[in-house]
Amino acid sequence: MNRLRLLTKGIIKENPTFVLMLGMCPTLGTTTSAMNGLGMGVATLFVLTLSNMAISLIKNLIPDKIRIPSFIVVIAAFVTIVQLCMEAYTPGLYNTLGVFIPLIVVNCIILGRAEAFASKNNVLDSALDGLGIGLGFTLSLTVLGAVRELLGNGSIFGMKLPFVEGDGILLFVLAPGAFIALAYLMVIFNKITAKTKQ
Amino acid sequence: MPRKNSLNVMKSSLKNMVVVLFLVTFVASLSVTIVYDVTKEPIAISKEKKIKDAIAAVVPEFDNNPSDTKVVQSDGKDEIVIYTAKKGDEVSGYAIETYTKKGFGGKISLMVGFRSDGTIYRVETLSHNETPGLGNKIERSKSDFSVQFEGKNPKDFKLSVKKDGGDVDAITASTISSRAFCDAIDRAYAVYKTISKNDSHE
Repeated sequence: MNRLRLLTKGIIKENPTFVLMLGMCPTLGTTTSAMNGLGMGVATLFVLTLSNMAISLIKNLIPDKIRIPSFIVVIAAFVTIVQLCMEAYTPGLYNTLGVFIPLIVVNCIILGRAEAFASKNNVLDSALDGLGIGLGFTLSLTVLGAVRELLGNGSIFGMKLPFVEGDGILLFVLAPGAFIALAYLMVIFNKITAKTKQ
Repeated sequence: MPRKNSLNVMKSSLKNMVVVLFLVTFVASLSVTIVYDVTKEPIAISKEKKIKDAIAAVVPEFDNNPSDTKVVQSDGKDEIVIYTAKKGDEVSGYAIETYTKKGFGGKISLMVGFRSDGTIYRVETLSHNETPGLGNKIERSKSDFSVQFEGKNPKDFKLSVKKDGGDVDAITASTISSRAFCDAIDRAYAVYKTISKNDSHE
């Protein structure tokens, strides 16, 4: 597999949200607006790339039986670092994402990539893999957040749309709307990917 | 599932496992400590700035530094913080950092500003977890809900929503958030009453 493919496969072919369906908890929980989705995606992207690189570096030093605890410690350290940095430099975003940032630790995408990819490949490939999957996750979260914000609030990235009055379909900002919007996006996504396969 | 290249991987002997796990956790905690140390100051600054901005927004003109007058009232679990704004020697208002746990998404923290006569000057939302598009209209930047409290004296302005027989217009479809908001202001007003009594005794 060439390096460019590593970077782009996460966006369509192995999109973590729409194809692998991993990390549903932050996906459904944080995407109440496009900005929140983007913030959560970027935070995950950072952690994923850094932890993939670190795990790939130390993969030969770690005995097989304790690899999962070691990976989790590495991931948890990076999550805490990202959390502290966000609290210090982007307090607004930190406040809106709240409890979901520490929960990146248990996001299955990150442990999944560590186990399935970073522990078998070199540092550069692992970094690209983390970057690719992270980008795919960020894109899906931003799209989902944008759709929910648009339908539920009549705005996008916090900007009110012209010609739209009233409150929007509030359901889409609430939890059930997350499931509905995600399901429809998944249908559209699968329709498009099915076409390209033919 | 054993890894493909497990030939050049460390053996899972007890000694190896203990040493490696110790090293991993040691390096991890060391790096977290370093980052914590670096970010400690910016975090404190941004928190303090948020409080300062909120105080400046909710009290009328003042020329002292209200952060120096910080008084903490604790009920054992939670704290209400009182900042006094002064112009010259006159008290121009109180900024009271209050809370409620009755919000739709749990705790809501508000900064409520009172003039020295007890009228509400302005209310700023510090933190909350209310639903975006519904309950988050308690924020002053999102809707005019909190504006209706300005210039009202809780003495003759009943701090509960109209549905409960009060004087407050609730946010449509967010009665719980509106009730919680009133609850927090009510708590601040109770504190205001005790401090204004103390001040007039002096």
